[in-house]
Amino acid sequence: MTQTLEGRDEAQMIASILAGDSQQFHQLIRPYERSVYVMALSMLRNEADAEDAAQEACLKAYRSLANFRADSKFGTWLISITLNVARNRLRRNRLMHMESLDIPSEEDGHVSPALLRDWREVPLEILERAEVRQILRRAIAALPEIYREVFLLRDVEELSIKEAAQALRVSDSVVKVRLHRARTMLQKTLAPELKGLVPQKGRWFPWL
Amino acid sequence: MVIDCKHVWNNISGYLDGALDPAVLQQVQKHLEHCGICSAILDSTRNILILTADDRVFELPLGYSSRLHARLEAEIQGMSLS
Repeated sequence: MTQTLEGRDEAQMIASILAGDSQQFHQLIRPYERSVYVMALSMLRNEADAEDAAQEACLKAYRSLANFRADSKFGTWLISITLNVARNRLRRNRLMHMESLDIPSEEDGHVSPALLRDWREVPLEILERAEVRQILRRAIAALPEIYREVFLLRDVEELSIKEAAQALRVSDSVVKVRLHRARTMLQKTLAPELKGLVPQKGRWFPWL
Repeated sequence: MVIDCKHVWNNISGYLDGALDPAVLQQVQKHLEHCGICSAILDSTRNILILTADDRVFELPLGYSSRLHARLEAEIQGMSLS
């Protein structure tokens, strides 16, 4: 979530909306619009479905705003609604296409990282290349669902471990275990692939 | 206590989150000081997290925000009329 939320009194905004100032809902969700879409896209892997799911999630949040409890942040609550909407859609699609459920067990084998000797720096300008953005999106989309959602919440949307646990309704330790697997899986896929695309300057020892 | 590489890999995520117990953290740091492979794994994992967190990776469709707010507005109007 890039937009700064400092100085916003979301509890006050929610109280006003519930008291009849419905228009304030537009302002309330503005900082989370991007997160809602990114979460939906990463779950559904299709832009049109993601946009529709993002709209559905925001409408749902509006309709059930009276049920929001201040024990979590509004943003976390909205993301957890988005995840539910996306999961329901996935379930429907799977029933239609009879696909397998793609849910590995928690204890599913150990993942070892890719062994690389030198890829120490990351030039952010490689993100200007559509090819690189595509590689990153594809690798995230390829993660099994339980790892993908936790990775997105924590590392893309920058929720805390606790907030991610709240959004997913699992314990902090489940978040940590899944996050570790997700990151290792991505390192294993992406490090070798991206290393080839990063301009090589021989071996990099930036501290020399 | 000397720890092996696999033990360090298991703690990379916790290390990046600053969530390791002080004793484990010390072991991991000590190992990283002399193990080129593990420190490269740590760096590449961190690099990947930096890249994937960048807003450019996931672009919003053109007009997404205005379509979203138009749909919300229709809902708001509909609900306040009813």
